[in-house]
Amino acid sequence: MSREINERIPVLKLGDILLVTIQVDMHDQLALTLQNELTEKIVETQAHGVVIDISGLEVVDSFIGRMLSNLASMARVLDAETVVCGMQPAVAITLVELGLSLPGIRTALNAEQGIALLQGHPAAPVEARGHAPAAP
Amino acid sequence: MTGLDTEIVAGGPPTLSVGEETLEELLATHRESVLEEWLAAQIAMPGHRSDLLDDRVLRSESAEFLDLLQEGARGGKNGTIDAPSWDRARDFLSDLSRSRASAGFTPSETAAFVLSLKEPLFARLAEDPSRDTRSVLRASAAMSRVFDGLALLTSEQFQRGRESVIARQQREMIELSTPVVSLWDGVLALPLIGTLDSERTQVVMESLLERIVETGSMIAIIDITGVPTVDTSVAQHLLKTVAAARLMGADCIISGIRPQIAQTIVHLGLTLGEVTTKATMAGAISVALELSGQMIVPRPT
Repeated sequence: MSREINERIPVLKLGDILLVTIQVDMHDQLALTLQNELTEKIVETQAHGVVIDISGLEVVDSFIGRMLSNLASMARVLDAETVVCGMQPAVAITLVELGLSLPGIRTALNAEQGIALLQGHPAAPVEARGHAPAAP
Repeated sequence: MTGLDTEIVAGGPPTLSVGEETLEELLATHRESVLEEWLAAQIAMPGHRSDLLDDRVLRSESAEFLDLLQEGARGGKNGTIDAPSWDRARDFLSDLSRSRASAGFTPSETAAFVLSLKEPLFARLAEDPSRDTRSVLRASAAMSRVFDGLALLTSEQFQRGRESVIARQQREMIELSTPVVSLWDGVLALPLIGTLDSERTQVVMESLLERIVETGSMIAIIDITGVPTVDTSVAQHLLKTVAAARLMGADCIISGIRPQIAQTIVHLGLTLGEVTTKATMAGAISVALELSGQMIVPRPT
């Protein structure tokens, strides 16, 4: 029990972006702690974007799926956009099978692209749509 | 025949155990002679494959099976081989049929292993002076039932082995028919050929997502030129794949929609959501290049 309480997921500040790296398998208590900490940190730092890297996450259930959805919604209320990145294929398949396709959450292949997406970098695919192609 | 059947049924539950009781008793008293006769019968059988089966192996298998049979008969008293005491005998037979199937035996040759044991046992039964004709008939009918169950089990296992081979081949065929092609830097193409069912979608999805991770591609083109028909379930499967790819951070473009398919999609009232669709692969490639900020220009002359 004490181990669980000590376990925390660090929230790092990079400029006006917060980086959350989930490297352990989430359990419910951890998810709730993260929710608290992230919202507090967004308010505290006035961050404009949140990048959640879940490349270390190998098992998801509907609770974790919902938690990701909730984190994104909470961040949006606090005027920060969320990008979930680095999802494993197995995780993506599970979420789709569970019917949780996380609408409204932006996604990226890795943390680097996630940050580029939030900074409105021209290489970001969604941003580039509809605009003139950038010079190579 | 009918008279005999009625006799057994009319006897009610106690007669159900006659088979096991007789079997147990016969095996306890005549084990060695039964084993010898059974072995001789197996070897003499026209279907015996001395080329595939060593006599010593056959002897040890037969001896082991007699032990398991005895064990099964001791515990099970309801005329079937479902009782837990038959577990080991059934497992043994399953393994035997599997190994024989892979060694090239036919199902009837495998079933003969069990069925040929009937004769020596029935012979012992008939020799028993304390039994009258009625009791011999009754006991042999009841014992037959046990053996038929065991023989059916071998055939079933044999078939199951075949089915697993077919399933494996099906899987291999699915894998062969879903290549993921790297089309351009950061652009993957998935030319689908044949009907999409849920099992195939699973494989397609997995291989596409794995390649997305491997290559770091942000765009995947799913080409359905080779998909003969699109119905609601196919569309559902396509959308699932697109959703999964999106969750990983890759955009999907669906291309190769033939006029007929476009009409079907609209008639069925399907919506492909926010997925970008293009009539041809060429169109999809130019969209993909545009999305990734690249372009192809004619070489200056």
